[in-house]
Amino acid sequence: MNPVTLTINGADHTLENIPDDMPLLWAIRDIAGLTGTKFGCGMALCGACTVHMNGNAVRSCSITVAAASGNEITTIEGLSENGDHPVQQAWMEVKVPQCGYCQTGQIMNAAAFLEKTPNPSESQIDQAMTGNICRCGTYNRIREAIQLAAKKGGAS
Amino acid sequence: MKFINQTPLKKIERRDFLKTSTLGASGLLLGFHISCSRPFEEEIKEASIFFDPNVYLSINDLGEVTIVAHRSEMGTGIRTSLPTIVADELAADWSKVKIVQALGDEEIYGNQNTDGSFSGRMFYEPMRQAGAAARMMLEQAAADQWGVDASECNALNHEIIHSGSGKKLGFGDLAEAASKLTVPAVEDIKLKNPEDFTLIGKETPIYDLQDIVMGTAGFGIDAQTEGMKISVVARCPVAGGKVQSYDAEETLKVPGVLGVHELEAPAFPMGFNPLGGIAVVAENTWAAIKGRDALNITWDEGANAVYNSESYMSDMVTEIQKPGTVRREEGDIKKALATSSKTLESTYQIPHLSHTPMEPPNTLAHVTEGKCVIWAPTQHPQWVKGTVAAALELDPGNVEVHVTLLGGAFGRKSKPDFATEAALISQKAGVPIKLIWTREDDVHHDYLHACSAQHVKVGLDENNQVIAWNHHSAFPSIGGTSSPDAIQPADFELSLGMLDFPYDIPNICCESHDAPAHTRIGWLRSVCNIQHAYAVGSMLDEVAHLRKVDPVDNLLELLGEDRHIPFDKMMKDFPNYNEKVSDFPANTARMKNVIKLVADKSNWGKTLGSGRGQGICAHRSFLTYVACVVEVEIDENNQLSIPEIHFAVDCGVVVNRDRVKAQFEGGAVYGLSGALSSAITFDKGKVVQSNFHDYQVARINQAPGKVHVHFVDSSEKPTGVGEPPVPPIAPALCNAIFAATDKRLRELPIKLT
Repeated sequence: MNPVTLTINGADHTLENIPDDMPLLWAIRDIAGLTGTKFGCGMALCGACTVHMNGNAVRSCSITVAAASGNEITTIEGLSENGDHPVQQAWMEVKVPQCGYCQTGQIMNAAAFLEKTPNPSESQIDQAMTGNICRCGTYNRIREAIQLAAKKGGAS
Repeated sequence: MKFINQTPLKKIERRDFLKTSTLGASGLLLGFHISCSRPFEEEIKEASIFFDPNVYLSINDLGEVTIVAHRSEMGTGIRTSLPTIVADELAADWSKVKIVQALGDEEIYGNQNTDGSFSGRMFYEPMRQAGAAARMMLEQAAADQWGVDASECNALNHEIIHSGSGKKLGFGDLAEAASKLTVPAVEDIKLKNPEDFTLIGKETPIYDLQDIVMGTAGFGIDAQTEGMKISVVARCPVAGGKVQSYDAEETLKVPGVLGVHELEAPAFPMGFNPLGGIAVVAENTWAAIKGRDALNITWDEGANAVYNSESYMSDMVTEIQKPGTVRREEGDIKKALATSSKTLESTYQIPHLSHTPMEPPNTLAHVTEGKCVIWAPTQHPQWVKGTVAAALELDPGNVEVHVTLLGGAFGRKSKPDFATEAALISQKAGVPIKLIWTREDDVHHDYLHACSAQHVKVGLDENNQVIAWNHHSAFPSIGGTSSPDAIQPADFELSLGMLDFPYDIPNICCESHDAPAHTRIGWLRSVCNIQHAYAVGSMLDEVAHLRKVDPVDNLLELLGEDRHIPFDKMMKDFPNYNEKVSDFPANTARMKNVIKLVADKSNWGKTLGSGRGQGICAHRSFLTYVACVVEVEIDENNQLSIPEIHFAVDCGVVVNRDRVKAQFEGGAVYGLSGALSSAITFDKGKVVQSNFHDYQVARINQAPGKVHVHFVDSSEKPTGVGEPPVPPIAPALCNAIFAATDKRLRELPIKLT
């Protein structure tokens, strides 16, 4: 119950009177008010809630605020100021989104992946993105957009 | 699709809408200050003059064009596609067009039920007329100003140009003068020549694209308002059960929990009302979830606690071997089967399926004295309005329904239950409530796609000709969700792929069987076309192999002569997707055309190595003709992959080529989920699965290598594109697996070992 401080997109947020086991997702959405990070399953099964913690893609629904405290959290709102991150640009060029709900999680996952794997093979892309479900079925375009982002110098 | 008694499909004849719906600017557009893409920002208006020739369109003196999207955006692109039709006829510069989302109001906008793949079909002409009428008025206004004849004035790229002198006036310059002119009568509207289309048939990106990739797009779950609290509900795990007793002592100790409220549980079948249960209201979502976990509830589970889907399926499989209720009959099936020199019969089974849109159901509701405001990811705002009004005992005019973006829907979000649930909690709690369904809630309490068993018996004569087709279908009807008497499928359900069997076989008999519902049955992307296309598409392949005829040739031959099939003369009340058969006939020539096209494009019959094969299925649904070839590869470890899928599509005029392609790419994946891995089962009346670990859906590593979409160039009226990709996928896949392995798979999800 002690105040917990989260660093999200470079800004500190102090959370009071919340359970230590609150998942980071709900702190981001309900308390920091950043709604680009989505709820999809609550069990790290779908990837809709993906954010970066110290540059690594993590499922914010399954990390407590206590565990996240003291780490640098980046959400979709912090990935770029104007949507000009190469992965976002590739997503728009390939016209990936249908409903769009899972896409911020897909983009965050892809961005972290490309940082570590700037020239991925097709099977590496599939492996890296398998944890992110899209019920609209935009997978073929996700593959294409990741390849395009990689070609254009990938990461950031 | 509107199937249900509560909301009889009112066919909208809006031929005179332009005359009757001309309203003043303030009356209309102020309602839309909540734009969907940035739902909660106030719009800053500097323009002072508005030209509003109809309810879908406004042009101001700054030249800004505002187009109203009155259908719900759940991923099909309709929020962009319909406005592009208006903008094209208007000759607007698309970059100067702003889209606002309509409130739910049937009187103003006509049908807003975004379901049944009919937005394009129903609104293509009205949208063209809306844009064209405004364009003609702008041309007339320019002509008046220049003192010339309107025929010399043409709209191009947001300007009116005088053909003789080259003089130009912008739309904004003409807004005031145009607003004083009479709207042309529908019969006087001059539509563009399709050759001059600048947006229709092209690939305009969706309006919300940038908002989506930046995380600023407004889905239902993102809606916020001052003083809002969060609620989750504990519902009885058995449909029709209710709270017997509960203890909330531990719940109320959870930090952030503000209160609990009991919601009345209606008896089964409860139709489209909420299920009742215990609502926990809290400061944040996590506190609400933890509070719900701490509830101690004893349920009275009711009569459906006996429901076991395995024994139910086995009962259906037994039942469909017997004579059923005849729903379509030509010739003499008994005699034909008795005299056949060869017969073949097979049973096909599909379990319940859940929609599982990535955004689970949710709604923000604010009930105040005599009024309710809703923000919901709903496919059907008008049904929400009516249902919420009834539940709160309000006049529907006092229920305001704002439609947000929908994070997927697939038919789930046309049901108004979750919006009503939120409204009831807000009424009890006295504060604005954002109701959240967790994924477990979604999987446990969906309106499921019906589990089904199909049996098809076919007879061949001594000349290897198919002379008998006897199709039996059993599944719990959607009607069973509202009426205990609906124990057999309705005509509209059977006409989705069974009764509209288009093949030219002299003796045809379609029979249905009893199957009472023990859970809420709903409509899921392509509805009963799923089970019927699976049975028909698989059996036709079995027939081809029995006849030793190539499966493509078999389909083309069995379709017979080019003809329009008079289903309306052959059956009483043939629904034809709520369109007249004379307007949208089942045309075997169009069906054959897509089969030939897909065979050609997929290089049908190409030589493939061991463990590989192609399968075909052709299926007309939502008045669109689709043929699909799936190619599979199965390795030595029985791992299946799908190198490519080809679709050939005749959906009439293609409004947004890229979005239609996207529907087919995504529809293939949606169909693959059901074919490869998804199944909802029941034990003791409860859904066994709970989340994506046990309700498995297709992931990127299961996606096809490539999905190719080949269009038939057509000037026919546009028909559905959201649902038609799904039905042919499973049968084409199973037919491909047969080609690759000689294994015939008649149960979904498939098991290769």
